[in-house]
Amino acid sequence: MSRERAAPPSAWNRFPQVGAFCRQTSAVAEADIRKLRHDPAELVTRMVQPALWLLVFGQVFARTHAIPTGDMGYLDFLAPGVLAQSSLFISIFYGISLIWERDLGIVHKFLVSPASRTALVLGRAISSGIRASSQAAIIYVLALFLGVHVNLHLSAICGVLATVLLGSAIFSTFSLIIACIVKTRERFMGIGQVLTMPLFFASNAIYPMSMMPPWLRAVSTANPLSYQVDALRALMIEGGQSPFGLGVDFAAQAAVLALVVAIATKMYPTIVQ
Amino acid sequence: MSQIPPHPAAVEALTLTRCFDGLTAVDKLSFAVPAGTIFGLLGTNGAGKSTTIKMLTTLLPPTSGTARVAGFDVIRQPQAVRRHIGYVAQMLSADGELTGYENLLISAKIYGIPRSQRGSRIAQALEFMELASHADKMVSQYSGGMIRRLEIAQAMLHRPEVLFLDEPTVGLDPAAKHAVWQHIRQLRKEMGTTVLMTTHDMEEADQLCERVAFMHGGKLAAQGFPSELKADLGPAANLDDVFIHYTGASVSAERGDYRDVARTRRTAQRLE
Repeated sequence: MSRERAAPPSAWNRFPQVGAFCRQTSAVAEADIRKLRHDPAELVTRMVQPALWLLVFGQVFARTHAIPTGDMGYLDFLAPGVLAQSSLFISIFYGISLIWERDLGIVHKFLVSPASRTALVLGRAISSGIRASSQAAIIYVLALFLGVHVNLHLSAICGVLATVLLGSAIFSTFSLIIACIVKTRERFMGIGQVLTMPLFFASNAIYPMSMMPPWLRAVSTANPLSYQVDALRALMIEGGQSPFGLGVDFAAQAAVLALVVAIATKMYPTIVQ
Repeated sequence: MSQIPPHPAAVEALTLTRCFDGLTAVDKLSFAVPAGTIFGLLGTNGAGKSTTIKMLTTLLPPTSGTARVAGFDVIRQPQAVRRHIGYVAQMLSADGELTGYENLLISAKIYGIPRSQRGSRIAQALEFMELASHADKMVSQYSGGMIRRLEIAQAMLHRPEVLFLDEPTVGLDPAAKHAVWQHIRQLRKEMGTTVLMTTHDMEEADQLCERVAFMHGGKLAAQGFPSELKADLGPAANLDDVFIHYTGASVSAERGDYRDVARTRRTAQRLE
């Protein structure tokens, strides 16, 4: 019987633990990406909602000029908000897959493996981020069609994808924590519904924070989604502004991600107990 | 391949105890599984078998007591235990939305099987479980018996010393069941793997297990060689009689709770 320990890939010989961690994280993400490749139908149905927001809501509100967005046209203002929103909607329900896989026994399989618990959490966060990034494609197409001043520089697009990945990682990991607490699909769906709308409306996604009453502005400042939208607005739109500043946006999101991943790492094993 | 194992007992439960909300599911359970044997943990639904397996596989921390698995303590060295065990849950742990090959590939990466060996290990595992020609099919199209064999292949990919099987043939038709039994025997023979399995199918226990332990109400009711346990009860006794004798299983005494039963039936349904 082999008692030899698996040798890490040669490039990581000096940091075997780091190598193993990266390998485990990418394996968890890979499983999910492969599933998506077998059945991409989900991505198509996910495109309907952002299309409605941009084509219907966006066009009507752009015409009424009811929302003061400064020099920016309303559609320019809205497009990054809709991208953040559709990424939020995908991510916040991601935890249900954990409950589903727990009911099947797939989670047990990962938990009896020597994989780091943090790698299991982070792998899921990344795969949720990749799902969410696919939304960027449809939103770019629609935005261009509507005449939004999209910044098409490669660096800007990479920045947008990185922001979506980070934001989605936060909300999917948050969703994972909720899944570990409620443990059943029915309860999860209820809570998911309750959470999405407040997160969305208490953010700068469809109106600027300057319009908000002070209490809502305070809530919005504490909402990680606001920082995602803020960064997206600066990166995605020609001449887009970031009131918080990109540095603040990324620092705030990175801090929140570190926090939720730490909590989820502790809670993940309890889903099978 | 296995010569002389480094420790005589591959699994050793030491007054292992687990309480849930004041209910004692497993009560000061002690037993030892000699290395290289197929050991059956038997009992009714709710006897504490699955809870025991969860503690031995590090999925659930014991309330008190401990266990040593492959020479490592489940509480103090869970990571080392995980490296040396394989586990097939009662539920379906193969991912139906991936192919058989992909399921094995992900496991190989998780367990850190070096890239240079991945391909050959996966091919061997598929060959061994007679799944090679179905490697690229989606697992959702597999039969129940094929799924179980794939799950065992997956659990064996990193060549664990101890393999835990929780109700490995529940819901399988007789042909599929015999195929799974044959593969379990072959695994033990070729790799010297210690197998700890739970079942409440006494035919399965009789066919497969060299040693058995009966659990009742979270406690150990009896353990030994099936032949001895049967002989103790009389010349014509079979393992069903032993089961009823030690677990006091009658309709009124059945303890299985709703969740257990629901889960077993759900698994059985999916495998059909």
